Amino acid sequence: MNHSNIVGTSVPRLEGRDKISGQARYVDDMELPGMLYGATVRSRIARAKIKQISFGSEINWQEFVIVGPSDIPGTNCIALIDDDQPCLADGVVNHPEEPLLLLAHPDRHLLPKAVEAISVEYDSLPAIFKIEESETLAQVIWGADNTFKTHLIEKGDVDAMWQNADYIVEGEYTTGAQEQLYIENNGMIAQFDAEKGITVWGSLQCPYYIHKALMKLCALPADKVRVVQMETGGAFGGKEEYPSMIAAHAALLAMKSGKPVKIIYDRMEDMAATTKRHPSRTRHRTAVSKDGKILGGEIEFTIDGGAYKTLSPVVLSRGAIHAGGAYYWPNVRIRAKAVATNMPPHGAFRGFGAPQSLFALERHMDRIADVVGISAVEIRRRNFLTTGQTTTTQQMIREKIDLNKLLDRALELSGYHLKKENFAVENRQNGGKKGIGIAAFLHGAGFTGSGERYLGSAVGIEGCADGKVRILVSSTEFGQGTKTVLCQIVAETLGLRYEDVEIAQPDTDQVPNSGPTVASRTVMVVGKLVQSAAIGIRETLKATGKIGDSYAAEDFRRACQAYVLEHGKFQSIAKYEQPDEVVWDEEKYRGSAYAAYAWAVYVAEVTVDPVTYSVSVDDFVALQEVGKVLHPELAKGQIIGGVVQGIGFALYEKVIWENGRMLNGQMTNYIIPTSADLPSIRVHFEELGNIHGAYGAKGIGELPMDGPAPAVVNAIVDAVGVPFNSVPLMPEDIFDSLEDRAARDLHSSARGQGAQEKR
Amino acid sequence: MRAQPAEYELVMPGSLPAVLALLAESPGQWLPIAGGTDVMVQYSAGKLPARKLVSIWNLPELRRIENLADEIQIGAGCTYTDLRESHVINREFALLSTAAGWTGGIANQNRGTLGGNIVNGSPAADSLPALLVYAAELLLVSKRGERRVPYSSFHTDYRKTQLAPDELIRTICVKKQFSEYYAHTRKVGARNAQAISKVCLAALGRLSKGVIEDVRLAMGSVAPVPLRLRKTELVLQGKQIDRLLLNLARAKAAGEVQPIDDIRSTARYRAAVAGNLVAEFLQRLNATGTSR
Amino acid sequence: MSESSRRAAKCEISLSVNGRVTTLQVHAMARLLDVLRHGLGLTGTKEGCGEGECGSCSVLLDGVLVNSCLIPALQANGANIVTIEGLTGESSAQSLQRAFLECGAAQCGICTPGMILAAFHLLSKKPQPSLEEIRERLAGNLCRCTGYMQIVEAVAEVARSGAAR
Repeated sequence: MNHSNIVGTSVPRLEGRDKISGQARYVDDMELPGMLYGATVRSRIARAKIKQISFGSEINWQEFVIVGPSDIPGTNCIALIDDDQPCLADGVVNHPEEPLLLLAHPDRHLLPKAVEAISVEYDSLPAIFKIEESETLAQVIWGADNTFKTHLIEKGDVDAMWQNADYIVEGEYTTGAQEQLYIENNGMIAQFDAEKGITVWGSLQCPYYIHKALMKLCALPADKVRVVQMETGGAFGGKEEYPSMIAAHAALLAMKSGKPVKIIYDRMEDMAATTKRHPSRTRHRTAVSKDGKILGGEIEFTIDGGAYKTLSPVVLSRGAIHAGGAYYWPNVRIRAKAVATNMPPHGAFRGFGAPQSLFALERHMDRIADVVGISAVEIRRRNFLTTGQTTTTQQMIREKIDLNKLLDRALELSGYHLKKENFAVENRQNGGKKGIGIAAFLHGAGFTGSGERYLGSAVGIEGCADGKVRILVSSTEFGQGTKTVLCQIVAETLGLRYEDVEIAQPDTDQVPNSGPTVASRTVMVVGKLVQSAAIGIRETLKATGKIGDSYAAEDFRRACQAYVLEHGKFQSIAKYEQPDEVVWDEEKYRGSAYAAYAWAVYVAEVTVDPVTYSVSVDDFVALQEVGKVLHPELAKGQIIGGVVQGIGFALYEKVIWENGRMLNGQMTNYIIPTSADLPSIRVHFEELGNIHGAYGAKGIGELPMDGPAPAVVNAIVDAVGVPFNSVPLMPEDIFDSLEDRAARDLHSSARGQGAQEKR
Repeated sequence: MRAQPAEYELVMPGSLPAVLALLAESPGQWLPIAGGTDVMVQYSAGKLPARKLVSIWNLPELRRIENLADEIQIGAGCTYTDLRESHVINREFALLSTAAGWTGGIANQNRGTLGGNIVNGSPAADSLPALLVYAAELLLVSKRGERRVPYSSFHTDYRKTQLAPDELIRTICVKKQFSEYYAHTRKVGARNAQAISKVCLAALGRLSKGVIEDVRLAMGSVAPVPLRLRKTELVLQGKQIDRLLLNLARAKAAGEVQPIDDIRSTARYRAAVAGNLVAEFLQRLNATGTSR
Repeated sequence: MSESSRRAAKCEISLSVNGRVTTLQVHAMARLLDVLRHGLGLTGTKEGCGEGECGSCSVLLDGVLVNSCLIPALQANGANIVTIEGLTGESSAQSLQRAFLECGAAQCGICTPGMILAAFHLLSKKPQPSLEEIRERLAGNLCRCTGYMQIVEAVAEVARSGAAR
């Protein structure tokens, strides 16, 4: 087999030409004959019984298609983990922006006014908006106790070890909601035909999630529901579950009207109504020896799931499992819970619980270092996981990861030690405070525990008439390079040219369910399956004798052409099988949580402006071990993009809520960084391989989201010496804390600053 | 997009006299729209009350910069890009060209106009503090004639101006009297570009024999209108810049501004930063040693 | 009939789009963005925010970069519009588009047409911009995928190679 390296090279993005020429077709670029436009009437109130809905007389309602809960043929729910989220609220609302009714009309410009002309009379009920409010149970809004899910992770004997502690360090850390802000708003087109059933086209991550949801909603069998992904303009988890809601809405309107219906959200609606990252609160209580070793601890991790369960149990799971981070905990108790509030349900966003719990942990490590009196570097060295040790879920780390060396390299790349020395001197002289901060972390790729087994992903490879092979997966491209990398893998596996491999657009009529495009699983899990399926194609051709053990690319293509001529198109299917080592106890929440972990150390350098209290990130080093870099340019792009979202999470992106409604739902006042706000982000990789991933790759899509917020906040704390424990951290917050400290310093005389002080 | 285009009229008379005739005929009925960077945002959000608009975009009478002996006359229809690219404004009125470069991104700078910025009347507008310290005067024009008003009294309240219903701003006039001054401006926003200001300072200062001979301070986003800090200026006149004065200036400025809590920031923060900005300006003025 | 339900008549506008003169019947306050996408089927120009913040709707109007979501159709009467479809095919844009591909400057692609228009406009005004100037002049185009670095690299690459004309 003679081929130039394809895996490991930055081959052209498969769909790149279309994207740079404006030819790529996103859902709003498509029109169908006779198409109507749809719009959603939403609740403005957080919690209430619906008394009456009135239709204003100024509108000619005869022109409109109107859909309410009674028009739902099947079950009024968006099927996901649970079926508690209604497609259309029926009698009660539980959060602002909850969908009530749907309208459609041929002229999209007439819809906003029609939506406004519908007035709803409510009997309002007391609503809750914060984790603490939910916990008091003064209002029980979901189930028996406002709790969607709990997890308990226990290792060793936490209760026994407190007496051995030289220090007990406590801390509480919170993170706010974050909006995914994909630049392409959500949208769907649906068409109904009595024979073919429902077809939807849209901006989405998980065709089969939508497929399942529509089957239940429309009471249709599997072969009467078809979901097609169109070019998707960014997702980041924000198009994992909500598209099922929009598809359901478009489908209902299409069924009622007999016409195709397009629903495209504008930015205000998308921001206000769709999911955001779960707000979180993490409480740490850690027993530490006098030389800075973690003896054990209790971690309480709580997330705000909003009004319905949706994906909260899974976000909780990942957050809980990552709560112990890259360190060795001999004893630990992690109590995790997802609670209900009357907020629009929170959902998937890159990192999926891990950025929240890792923010807390990495801030807490700096706090421990402070209390013990050692450096941020030392505290990590003394507690890093090493090969042969077990994680909080008692998963044995088998690979030869050396986190100390990784840390060394990150410190060298960032010039950490010299900078830290210089900043100490400079800060005394200048007004501007400079600081440098570290975050060390890991990210598990693939579904947790037995998740991949339950998914039972299947992929196909098809031999085509022109001699090319076509990949059949439900894995979607939304910028991260799915198409490119999967084609690279197949080309390399089969010894073909990159151009000899195609990939089908995800269409549930044509591709098997290779699982959702989430959890950093595509390259690792689906990629490995695609490799197996490719080998299957080769075996088929070898069995005919048309190719031998060694062949040139043209031989393969000719053999494939000949085979198809003779036998018609042929496929090879590969199905996921859980590797024997991946053993997970779902009840005890113990064992191999993930098939592979990527490891990282990030270093952020900041300046806090003394005049404005604004923070500028002056330098950022992102060093990670990722198994194998399959496409250098794409991998770098994933890391940089994720780091910038992480910086946004830390410093810029604040959701302003009022009674559960997002007040700043516009790009002008929900702030993400522009090109003028960022330093060069220096990306470096290490490669240890991974037996469970294609060509040794681990998942990396979400990893870069975990590190920036704690690294940046640790740097700010280094700069100004005030502990900050929440993100987003705005200049106003920095100012308030500095003022408070100045006032305290002014008035305090003899206050003991003990080592165990809670700050 | 929440507006129905069919419900709106937009006319383009094409010349200043024709526009003025229309405004005179039905005062208050026609909303002038220049580059549209404010009006069209409101429109798209479904929040534009006006249903009839008259385009004043690119009217030659409004889009010119005249360099006279003693003053510059800037047509109200000049875009931020026009200001940025004008040699004479960069040379003589740098606070204005700098502010123009802060307003939105390039695409919005190519369309937004100085006149629009003024008439829109947002206290957060970037160019307005500069116009205050430059003691700009406005030429207002209508079918009835022309009148020249000091810019300092043009804003009467939050988003309210002295402009009569049949009037347009024709020209912004700034006298060439500040070449000896040290000019300084700083905007504080949520990010480095495309940000509505939380606080903004435009300042001019002149030292003579180590003492402040004249100082002019104006701020945005700290009051219902762009604010000239006259009380702070008063305590600075004739003083030497030392640590004591910086602290006095900081406190005085923080006390003179009237900021609010809003979606972007807090009153407490704005007041403190306002004080810091003034102190920073004075430090830099001091570093220039003598008058420029 | 109430004030608000009075319908304005459409007006006729004539404009050159990517070199072709077109006459259309439109509402005067229709957005240029919608005229391009729906009136002319040129869907390469995108809507990301409808408020002139994201730059996905950027086009060239008489050679000047504008956000087409903020331009009323009547104000585009007589104008020369260039969209991404028109740029693709221009030799002067080819090196820029190639650099975008090579540097990984396009991920999901939704900001890409606007970003290329903005970069093209930038290089036409400043053929040798500094990195800082590139960052500043592209700041009106938001990208959520790339973190901007590879976009800035692509523009810098074109400037370096002197291919900008």
